[in-house]
Amino acid sequence: MKKHLMAYPYALWMLIFTIIPLALILVYSVITIDDAGIHFTLDHFRRVFEPIYLAVFWRSIKIATISTIICLILGYPMAMILASKNLSKKSILVVLFVIPMWMNFLARTYAWMTLLERNGLIATIIGYFGIQLPSLLYTENTVILGMVYNFLPFMVLPVYSVLVKIDKAVLEAAEDLGATPFIVFRRVIFPLSLPGVSSGIIMVFMPALTTFVISRLLGGAHFTLIGNLIEQQFLTTMDWGFGSALSVVLMLIIILSMGFAMRYEKENQGGGLW
Amino acid sequence: MVKSAFKKIYTFLIFLFLYAPIIVLIIFSFNESKSRAHWTGFTFKWYIEMFRDRQIMSSLYYTITIALTASIIATVLGTIAALGIYYMKKTPRTIMINLTYLPVLNPDIVTGISLMLLFILMKFQRGFFSMLIAHITFNLPYVILSVMPKLKQLDNYLYDAALDLGATPTYAFRKVVLPQIAPGIFTGFLLAMTMSIDDFVISFFTTGPGVSNLAITIYSMARKGVSPKINAVLSIMFAGVILMLLIINNRMSRDNGRKENVV
Repeated sequence: MKKHLMAYPYALWMLIFTIIPLALILVYSVITIDDAGIHFTLDHFRRVFEPIYLAVFWRSIKIATISTIICLILGYPMAMILASKNLSKKSILVVLFVIPMWMNFLARTYAWMTLLERNGLIATIIGYFGIQLPSLLYTENTVILGMVYNFLPFMVLPVYSVLVKIDKAVLEAAEDLGATPFIVFRRVIFPLSLPGVSSGIIMVFMPALTTFVISRLLGGAHFTLIGNLIEQQFLTTMDWGFGSALSVVLMLIIILSMGFAMRYEKENQGGGLW
Repeated sequence: MVKSAFKKIYTFLIFLFLYAPIIVLIIFSFNESKSRAHWTGFTFKWYIEMFRDRQIMSSLYYTITIALTASIIATVLGTIAALGIYYMKKTPRTIMINLTYLPVLNPDIVTGISLMLLFILMKFQRGFFSMLIAHITFNLPYVILSVMPKLKQLDNYLYDAALDLGATPTYAFRKVVLPQIAPGIFTGFLLAMTMSIDDFVISFFTTGPGVSNLAITIYSMARKGVSPKINAVLSIMFAGVILMLLIINNRMSRDNGRKENVV
């Protein structure tokens, strides 16, 4: 019996619904269609590099980077605390940490909208103290807040899962050899946790870079990130060529940043041998 | 002492940050008036009106129908595929596994618009079925990636032994292989279900007029200004999630207890 044939329906499914659609985007990014027929063109990519669109890319990368850094700063200590707990407490805390993720991410973002809106709870509470707040919604910081809120678990969980596996004997050995707690952290714990850190960075940076929902709901209708730009091309202006070119560039940025994070991870593992 | 106090405060603050919005959302689902800042009195009326709202009910129906159908189909197709990939030669296997990672790593928005382009060009009417196909597509990798590790742990001699003892291949598969990979299949199914219920972006691009899931409905309502009915729906969903976790946790601790008894 040829058992490997069982993979063929799946392969066919992937061909039709993953590979061909991606190929379509690649094709649309380099053609124009007019009355005379289909022409090859690089105009769409040229447009991507116009200053107005470069600014959008720059803003998206900046906001995604800031969110990733905040997630790392807030998340790393949290992961260390989770990893240091004894077993029964640990599983409860980890489950408590995951539960909000089970709630629809749109719902979570919406919940922040209701907290931050002009007559929302935060403005009202602060209003009791006689302070009038400027609008809390629809700023760059609100978008960053939304990203940190939604993606923080993606940083904590991979770091946590690496930290838990660190052999306690290694830490004790470092202490026995006279290392202060800070040096144990800097020279032993942190380097050993880098694989978790780099997957955490990927898992936060990627959705932060590509989202169009958080920016639309918390940033307002005029707050444009790459995701919003792509969405507009396909749903509002119907410029598939430009939209496809933007998508191709977005995919390239992601592949590049992932390659960067992975290479860093490997270099470190290699260095760890010495 | 100081250190442990600091740890406690830090943990508390992070959990406050994670839960405060959800708790406020739930509290205000019981608020008499439409205000989301002033408490005017306790009421259940939003929970009743929610059931009268056709848009909310239809999106709840589509969310559940699509999540169930897509994850069942993806689980069956994905398990069969995982078996097939497992029995492949090395090179095609590597190709298939890398292919499986593609949709997981691809940004949602690109997956969404690429499928939308496909449906438009194939003149495939966008609606329930296009959304279902999209959900099956992004669920498949999660099933395969949960079943594959279980297959690798499989002891092939057990299957051969069953054949030697006169079992037909189907019978041996059902009685020997399937029970061993069942936890992976179950995990895959749960993951697929979760991804499907949670999905907004891909659904948003692949659905058609009249068919929307809860996420799409929240999105369109949130832009217009929101109704407390949505708070009610979300509170019920949240309660459902907690209930499901408790059941799973209960089952797992019971299973563990059983294993300990055997030992």
